[in-house]
Amino acid sequence: MNETIRKAVEDHARLPVPVASLADGDDLYQAGMTSHASVNVMLALEDAFDTEFPDRMLKRSVFESIASIEAALSELQAEAVS
Amino acid sequence: MSIAVDREQELLAGVRAIARDVAAVHADDVDRAARFPAETIDALRAVGALSAPVPETLGGGGVSVGVIAECCHELGRSCAATAMVFAMHHIQLLTIVRHLEPGGWFEAYLHRQVTEGRLIASVTSEVGTGGDMARSIAAVTPAEGGLMSFEKQAPTVSYGAYADDLLTTLRRAPQSEPGDQVAALTHADQHSLEPTGTWDVLGMRGTCSPGAVVRARFGAEQVLGTPFAKVAAESMVPLSHILWSHLWLGIAEDAFERARAFVKAAAKRTPGVMPPAAQRLARLSGEVALLRGLVGSGLRDFEAYAEGPAREELSTMSMALRFNNLKIAASEQTRDVCFGALDVCGIMGFKNDTPFSVGRHLRDALSAPLMIANERIQQTNAALLLIAKEV
Repeated sequence: MNETIRKAVEDHARLPVPVASLADGDDLYQAGMTSHASVNVMLALEDAFDTEFPDRMLKRSVFESIASIEAALSELQAEAVS
Repeated sequence: MSIAVDREQELLAGVRAIARDVAAVHADDVDRAARFPAETIDALRAVGALSAPVPETLGGGGVSVGVIAECCHELGRSCAATAMVFAMHHIQLLTIVRHLEPGGWFEAYLHRQVTEGRLIASVTSEVGTGGDMARSIAAVTPAEGGLMSFEKQAPTVSYGAYADDLLTTLRRAPQSEPGDQVAALTHADQHSLEPTGTWDVLGMRGTCSPGAVVRARFGAEQVLGTPFAKVAAESMVPLSHILWSHLWLGIAEDAFERARAFVKAAAKRTPGVMPPAAQRLARLSGEVALLRGLVGSGLRDFEAYAEGPAREELSTMSMALRFNNLKIAASEQTRDVCFGALDVCGIMGFKNDTPFSVGRHLRDALSAPLMIANERIQQTNAALLLIAKEV
């Protein structure tokens, strides 16, 4: 999951630095992701994981780091199983 | 009635009296001369209206956003430029109050606000960012003596020359990305504004908003601790759209009142014959009601999430869409109501010196779709709609 998230961020967040240089907990917005670019990251993630983020998750804090995205996706997958 | 409610009613009564006795009296002169409405702002300061939302624990009135919005509405009916200055001041003040850190510099500042009623202006837009408030070029930059500094090219600074303090958005540090922003509050003796243009405009002339190069030197503690992105989503953006839309409603209502007075005067002249403009007026009353509903529901949406853990909901995409739509719809509806009032009043509304003149209302209302351009907001909404579900 971590790798797929990193690929989506690499392809769509338009960061001035390579994603490999970021730790999981680093702030993507501080690293240069704009809110417009974050929408494209969300679309790519929904596509890659065949899921849809509910509205309650569509906020800045959920997409601010690779770790927070991973937590949200894990929560969605757990919900889908149960 | 509780003490807080008493205080809010007293404030509203005071602001209503100032709107009627001071703002309305000077509105045409403020507009014609494109001058700052100093007498009205002084009167508002004298009744404590400038510091009203400072929490009671810091010596203030703890007045709610709803009451401040109602004050904007009342002032908007009398002098839109005054109402806009009042609204913009409170957007900054409420933002500071909502993102206060206990024991910090801003607490002491709010104490000072209660006794001094300091007028706060904002420097959010910047030359070179294409109107995107979520990006900055100017940065908080270390200066000698342990101080901080910045230099920012602002395309407009509303009433900057008359403000006691400026709240300026900046990059967090010289090496920060454009979106990594903070807001810094500086006092008039810590900053300078070098005008880069004039303010000879169609409407909202009394806001005196020419461009400026703003330079400041200040303490690091004068930077709000919360990242600006959070400040913007939870406070500054929704508050702007709520307070602006309330004063726009005031403009529209006063234009409508003039149209109603025009039709009534015509009806009195020809008893038993319905004036030709009466039907147009009837249709216009529905448009005003629509605007009132829109503005009221925007405030209720904010109040439902304003405090506590629910507050983070304000940064969801669906809430951003809601407040963006409030701004777009209220600004265009206000303009349309003012045009409608001109249609009703005809030449008597077109002339600038009759009791039915609506020229100032119309010109002031034309600023509404431009203040954070609706086109830009639609672009943002288009992107949000690709992913948001419930809107």
